[in-house]
Amino acid sequence: MFLQTLITGLSIGGIYALMAVGYSLVFSVLNFSNFAHGAVIMLGAYVGLALATKLSLGFGLVLAGSIAGAGIIAVLNERLAYSSLRRRKAPSLYLMISAMGCAVFLENLVYATIGSRFYAFPEFFGRQVVTLGGSSISLLDVGAFLFALAAILGLHLFINRTRTGIAIRAGVSDMTMCSLMGVDLDRLIAIVFLLAGGFAGVAGVFLGVKYLVYPTMGWVTNKAYIAAVIGGLGSLPGALVGGLLLGIVETFVSTYVSSVLRDVFSFSMLIAFLIWRPNGLLGRDSEEKV
Amino acid sequence: MDYILSIVVLACINMIAVLGLSIFTGFTGLFSFGHAAFVAVGAYTSAILTYYYSVSFPIALIAGAAAAGLVSLVIGIPTLRAKLRSDYFAIAILGFGEALRVLLENFEITNGARGLPGIDSFTTLPIVLVCLAGGVLIARNFLRSRWGAACIAIREDPIAAEMAGVRLFQTRLLSLVVSAVYCGLSGGLLAHFLSFIQPVMFTLLQSTQLLAAVIAGGMGSISGPLIASFVFIALPEALRVAQMWRLVAYGLLLVLIMVYRPQGLMGYSELSSLFRKKTGEQGGQQR
Repeated sequence: MFLQTLITGLSIGGIYALMAVGYSLVFSVLNFSNFAHGAVIMLGAYVGLALATKLSLGFGLVLAGSIAGAGIIAVLNERLAYSSLRRRKAPSLYLMISAMGCAVFLENLVYATIGSRFYAFPEFFGRQVVTLGGSSISLLDVGAFLFALAAILGLHLFINRTRTGIAIRAGVSDMTMCSLMGVDLDRLIAIVFLLAGGFAGVAGVFLGVKYLVYPTMGWVTNKAYIAAVIGGLGSLPGALVGGLLLGIVETFVSTYVSSVLRDVFSFSMLIAFLIWRPNGLLGRDSEEKV
Repeated sequence: MDYILSIVVLACINMIAVLGLSIFTGFTGLFSFGHAAFVAVGAYTSAILTYYYSVSFPIALIAGAAAAGLVSLVIGIPTLRAKLRSDYFAIAILGFGEALRVLLENFEITNGARGLPGIDSFTTLPIVLVCLAGGVLIARNFLRSRWGAACIAIREDPIAAEMAGVRLFQTRLLSLVVSAVYCGLSGGLLAHFLSFIQPVMFTLLQSTQLLAAVIAGGMGSISGPLIASFVFIALPEALRVAQMWRLVAYGLLLVLIMVYRPQGLMGYSELSSLFRKKTGEQGGQQR
């Protein structure tokens, strides 16, 4: 029972971590809460769904298509809704409200055009289950968890080892200085949104395969914000740690305490962290500058 | 006629909540993605009082507004004392609103997610108009008082205001409580107008709609948000647009306002100042 709960928690935590990474990446560079991330995840899931049902592609191609689709959507979103705000150095709250507007717009656009029906992905993997120590573990869960780990590790290497990665890290610490050193900020930010969107696409497909696809599925990203806050906003290892921790804690609360109180518990954790440890477990110090 | 009447009543009820949020966001400069929670507290408190305990309507309304004010202390005291960054505060109150909704969905007395049906419909147009007029009057006087001046100083520059002797925590908390009381009153009126309430009526989406009205109407203005909220409610009804297209428009509008006109419809000025300018006097402060 304990092991089963732990593994379920890890697999949910892996998806939270995937969502939190995209959200944290944008936060680290532009310093605002991108509430539209959930909508991009949802659109990524719809792109994947269309590829899987209309073109009946295999899982690998569906995943690739959804990564590309969500990445492009995220870049367009930045170009249309954030770039002019960013250029005139508007307060980060303006960006946040604009992001909230995007989320409401995209979600309801899907609602109004595609409809509120719940769609299921075709079954890519049978319900294969392995038994370990008396508890059954779905292979899909294990796969999702390992893929999430690998993707986040890949991103970590990209940010730390490549030229573009160095530019991103420079942008995180000082945008103006970074552009003075000859970095094309528009291109840099487009890359950041492309990466964030790609992760949103992966998260969308995994969510859709594990559960269902519907217009408000992006609301789950609330959990990604919590995960990102716990790990430390703007920190990639933090997003991973926060996501896994939140997944495990939530599963244990709903198994051993009450499934009803799960969300109340998560939101209380969010508020507690914001008050007592606003930089999370691994975050860097980010006071609002005078 | 009944149909038009009900739209006007709904718009006025919404205006009371927007008025409250305008004090908190437009004049004190703190953003909230959770004020629908205070509307919910007011709605449920007053509805439970009249439904289960047959308390008279005015007392239930006052109790609902007071309960909303008290609940706002629960989230306000820790977060405002910790002087969270403004965007962290907005996320914290978002989490609070969602947590409160989950609780409402699971309490016995609120009848859970199915909602409370059969609340007596006491709310009439005259009552709503009296509440709205009283609300505007009180808000205007509050904003012209010492406390209101302190709120505006904080909006302009919290650090400078603090150095000038404004007590940051107390003033912000007061502003939050006042705004929550307005929202609570609006919730009480709403519950006794629709005679049915459900936790799903008070989600993040509702909070965003309130905030959208304040931002579209203009920061630092009372009349702007009131006009915006009336237009938001009345126009889609008049055009017979389906609910979902209305929400699509809300989202688009928020983005467009942020990109093209962040000061909103009537940013930092009032309707009355327009008339004053026509007669040759100086208008309100310009930015």
